[in-house]
Amino acid sequence: MAKTIRAIHCLNQFFGGLGGEEKGGLAPQWFEGPRGPGSLIQQLAADIAVVGTVVVGDNYMAEHPDEGAAEIVALIETEIAKDPALRPDLVMAGPAFAAGRYGMSCGAICQAVLEKLGISTVTAMHPDNPALDIYRQTLTVVRAGADVMGMREAVAGMVRVGIKLVAGEAIVPETDGTIPRGLRRNYFADATGAERAVEMLMRKLRGEEIRTEYPMPVFSRVTPAPPVADMAKATLALVTSGGIVPRGNPDRIESANASKYGEYSLRGLDHLSAESHQSVHGGYDTTYANEDPNRVLPLDVVRDLEREGRIGGLNETYYATVGNATSVKRAEAYGREIAAKLINVGVQAVILTST
Amino acid sequence: MPTAHVCSIVPISKTVGANRIIPSVAIPHPLGDPDKSPDEEKAIRRRLVEKALKALETEISEQRVFD
Repeated sequence: MAKTIRAIHCLNQFFGGLGGEEKGGLAPQWFEGPRGPGSLIQQLAADIAVVGTVVVGDNYMAEHPDEGAAEIVALIETEIAKDPALRPDLVMAGPAFAAGRYGMSCGAICQAVLEKLGISTVTAMHPDNPALDIYRQTLTVVRAGADVMGMREAVAGMVRVGIKLVAGEAIVPETDGTIPRGLRRNYFADATGAERAVEMLMRKLRGEEIRTEYPMPVFSRVTPAPPVADMAKATLALVTSGGIVPRGNPDRIESANASKYGEYSLRGLDHLSAESHQSVHGGYDTTYANEDPNRVLPLDVVRDLEREGRIGGLNETYYATVGNATSVKRAEAYGREIAAKLINVGVQAVILTST
Repeated sequence: MPTAHVCSIVPISKTVGANRIIPSVAIPHPLGDPDKSPDEEKAIRRRLVEKALKALETEISEQRVFD
């Protein structure tokens, strides 16, 4: 059968056969035809011809992913200009397995090719590859094993999914073995939700296998921090996701899906009031919080306890965001930044209030 | 650094992984109650903050709700 799909394949220095760690800084190189796992692509797919291979060092890409990806796009464009028959239908990268730098490299390359050349891309990674934190929503990534032992399976998946992408077919994570991008697709079900739920319950009672239609997100767990021996000797900080900000909302924190958090002084304030502060949270009735913002950020009581010596001191800056449809990823980033700032100024404990 | 999460919806706090959880009064007024007199309301708020301080001083090995 004639090879009908032209693919360009991208590899790191190791899989491209150019060297190990010592070649990590290698700038992008062009090779005609397949190299390394590219031969497996051709072997597994009767209709894919790997017309060229780009090899780039892991460190080169990890150190400047955007510039590196732009160089690779330029390299591909140059080769196409020299020989239009090289114009690919598909760009394949990896598999990167669980390798972090290689994953970042494959992700950056695929993203740049999609955006700048408008050519379909596919790569493959282990679900724990850190590059997925950045690229899972935008790229088609086949689920791969943790290491090179899963090469054949991963390449077979890339081939299968790549052919579908070129044909313009929809990719369905459950059946195509890709990492879910978080997209929702409408479909007509044979039975109503109530009927399906009862059917699922019956299967569960019979001890049969069930599969949820709505998997819950997996949240990270944090080992509990050791306690503070005596709060009377410690500095406390106040943080809230309840949207309490100085009146007028100087940082314009959004009432939903907040893109930032604010840091505001408490110096000289004995309590919050309707005149000094307000809530900009869009997910609850803010009447009561606006009447008396201490109902969300309990400054009045904390000042009393500070005077009485129950706490050693209050950090004179508080932090606030709006926890309304704010993504977990963003919230985690805010938490990390706020914690770093608090540790930096010697805060030992936090009261975080949420509505 | 220990954090006491004073929140209205304990199941959410548990799901997202807070470790020291103090259930509060209600979603629109977690640390207050507009139906009470100002003094009673402040006393409620003080009890919650004191509970949070206790939680910050308590050794835990896993998530705990401080009722």
